[in-house]
Amino acid sequence: MSQIAFPPVDASILARRDAILSGLAAILPADGLIADVAGRRAFETDALTAYRRLPLAVALPRSSEEVARVMKFCRDANVNVVPRGAGTSLSGAAIPQEDAIVIGLAKMSRILEINLADRYARVEAGVTNLAISEAVAPDGFFYAPDPSSQLACTIGGNIAMNSGGAHCLKYGVTINNLLGVRLVTLEGEIVDLGGPALDAGGLDLLGLICGSEGQLGVVTEATVRLLRAAEGARPVLFGFASAEDAGQCVAAIIGAGIVPVAMEYMDRLAIEICENYAHAGYPLDVEAMLIVEVEGGDDEMAAELAKIAAIAKAHRVQTIRESMSAMESAQIWKGRKSAFGATGRVADYICMDGTVPTGRLPEALRRTGEICASYGLRVANVFHAGDGNMHPLILYDVNDPVQQQKAEDAGSDVLKLCVELGGALTGEHGVGIEKRDLMRRQFSEADLAQQMRVRAAFDPQWRLNPAKVFPLDGRAA
Amino acid sequence: MNVVDRPYAPADETEAAEIVGAARKDRIKLDVVGGGTRAGLGRPREGGARLATARLAGIVFHEPAEMTLRARAGTPLSVVEAALAAHGQMLPFEPIDHRALYAGAGEPTIGGLVATNASGPRRISAGAARDSLIGLRLVNGRGECVQSGGRVMKNVTGLDLVKLNCGAHGTLGLLTEATFKLLPKPQSEATVVIRRLDDERAVAAMTRALGSPFGVSGAAALGPGMGREFSRTFLRVEGFAESVDYRAERLIALLADFGAKHALRGEESQSLWRAARDAEFIAEPRERAIWRVSLAPTKGPKFVARLGANALAHFYDWGGGLVWLASEPSDAAAAAVRAALAPLGGHATLVRAPDALRARLDVFEPLSPALARLTRGVKASFDPDGVFNFGRMAAGM
Repeated sequence: MSQIAFPPVDASILARRDAILSGLAAILPADGLIADVAGRRAFETDALTAYRRLPLAVALPRSSEEVARVMKFCRDANVNVVPRGAGTSLSGAAIPQEDAIVIGLAKMSRILEINLADRYARVEAGVTNLAISEAVAPDGFFYAPDPSSQLACTIGGNIAMNSGGAHCLKYGVTINNLLGVRLVTLEGEIVDLGGPALDAGGLDLLGLICGSEGQLGVVTEATVRLLRAAEGARPVLFGFASAEDAGQCVAAIIGAGIVPVAMEYMDRLAIEICENYAHAGYPLDVEAMLIVEVEGGDDEMAAELAKIAAIAKAHRVQTIRESMSAMESAQIWKGRKSAFGATGRVADYICMDGTVPTGRLPEALRRTGEICASYGLRVANVFHAGDGNMHPLILYDVNDPVQQQKAEDAGSDVLKLCVELGGALTGEHGVGIEKRDLMRRQFSEADLAQQMRVRAAFDPQWRLNPAKVFPLDGRAA
Repeated sequence: MNVVDRPYAPADETEAAEIVGAARKDRIKLDVVGGGTRAGLGRPREGGARLATARLAGIVFHEPAEMTLRARAGTPLSVVEAALAAHGQMLPFEPIDHRALYAGAGEPTIGGLVATNASGPRRISAGAARDSLIGLRLVNGRGECVQSGGRVMKNVTGLDLVKLNCGAHGTLGLLTEATFKLLPKPQSEATVVIRRLDDERAVAAMTRALGSPFGVSGAAALGPGMGREFSRTFLRVEGFAESVDYRAERLIALLADFGAKHALRGEESQSLWRAARDAEFIAEPRERAIWRVSLAPTKGPKFVARLGANALAHFYDWGGGLVWLASEPSDAAAAAVRAALAPLGGHATLVRAPDALRARLDVFEPLSPALARLTRGVKASFDPDGVFNFGRMAAGM
């Protein structure tokens, strides 16, 4: 495997650059179009920073109607379109190319309606994930999916990738908390799917759009569920002498009929990196640690934690540390949520996102370690144990091309392992360009052909985010 | 291949794919038949051969520690529920049993459940069937076997064809296998009861409860004459016994000014939610048309008020966000339902009505031109020649 390929740039689009720019200028306000190199440079990559491609231009519309005008223009002019939220994708889903217009939703960042009685919020796509929860926190409500990047990432990006987070064990991922979207099709139609009601009529196109990585249209507005926060929440740290003990403890907790709000796993290297950064009080003398969070009234939490602690003791837990204050809880979560950033201070890394059936976690961990060791690379594991969503961080030096290649190869081997164990290539980061060429590991040709035909019902010419998700060869015309 | 009275009953997916491929070639329409208990849902079948899932049956795996189960489409739901109960687990979404509404015999199957996205009162806290469905296999209208999703809880690999097929009423393909994530069966439950609230007050009480931190998993309101001569509003909490006791007490305190005083327990609570799940309260008289209307919860009473005398009977689930409604089985009543809903937003499904009425009316909420175009495109991408359940969801599709 070599560097991730992009489709050849469409020279006929480049040749028409001036006409395309003046066409866009005619339908967008002056500050809604970026054409100069310095301005476009800010849009050349996302959180998969090893890959950078400069877009032809960047459109920054302020309304669904402006998005519709740009989409219709791009369809008529046969120009590729790459939608973009905050550009925090770890899989390269927002990386453009020289023949593409980026439609950035940054200027559409208004919260349009908050309805606590009916428990929903209607927001523009460029609103950040955290801004929704912050807007309703004074009333005791929140928006449940909480990806680590929630301070920066937008709800539009969350919908494109069907983002998860640490608390989806109880509350589900984006699609489980999404009631409706306003979608702009390539034809420039503005379509509303769903709304404040729990169920929508017709085919579940909302369920199809969510997680489609910007290939079926541009989401400009979302209606999301608001939930009332529990009376209290308390994370507890459990330290184990081995990954096996921790893994079996997770299975036993679930087997006992307990579904905590979150169950996060960290291995020794991840604990060390995060503790050095966040000073969260993580135990440094254990091989594996679980952060288990429970919710409810004080007595409810105490009762549930007693059950969990008894199970942990039966699995040879070495240390138990219960948060005694809101500040301690915040520290514990800060350590976990800064895992990627903290690792980035130690070394460059690529973060894999494969999922395995929870019963296969111990084996997946062991073999992930073996794979990385065979390439001479270090790996830190931090992941959502309750749902089997692994996040091995493979450390390497980005300035060493040989190491980068090794890291990508090791990552690829880990993902193949996840599929072999009955899992999936990606649990929440998406396919993007990163896992595109591994799709045949998980899907048959018939599976992929069916997905591509569905895609073609929205975009027959492959204009929308065309370099993503599907292998470059074998695409149906 | 001839159109025959006896249904095709493939023994496995390969045989099913051959039958579908041949039907496509011979331009024969196929109507998928599971347990037949939900056959009254959707537009009536337009003829064609029947394709039965009866022999595509059996649980493929149940992994209690992973909280997942995979079963073939023809597996009776009762078989799945018994297997789950043996390990203290359940399907989270409390699927409606349509036999009360249709007075039907037969056994509900996993395939029918997926095809209709059958969900119940716990929809408000645990999601619909589509939220628990994590993988499926199907035979598309080209006679190809296709899988989507898998057996893991979190999976964003490729386009999600799983949810798309859940609630598609078999119009995209023949489901052969479905994989669900599960939940532990609650150890205990309690249902707080409030008597004698009118519709607006009932929804106000449910809204306050659902906006509380006490984890309400059911919120329904029955009118007078539904089991008692006075109206009743119900709020359910579930979980470990000590937690249920605590939250029921807190709810009663929270709703004291509405008149909340006591809670139902055990079988009394369970049978109430079964009846609400299955819409038993409006199942009789048989000749009435039944509607299922989903809208923003606080608009439920406004919708019913706008209907006036066209609402023959109704009750609320989902805190007011689901209105179960009985009307005359007539074009005029149907037009009144659509007209009452239009300014409020939401969607209405004509769940029960004579075939002739369901053939000439929109059973589901009518699609806008743009949505109809996308729906047609998606249907054609699975089933280009319209082999499956033709016209089930919309005429000519």
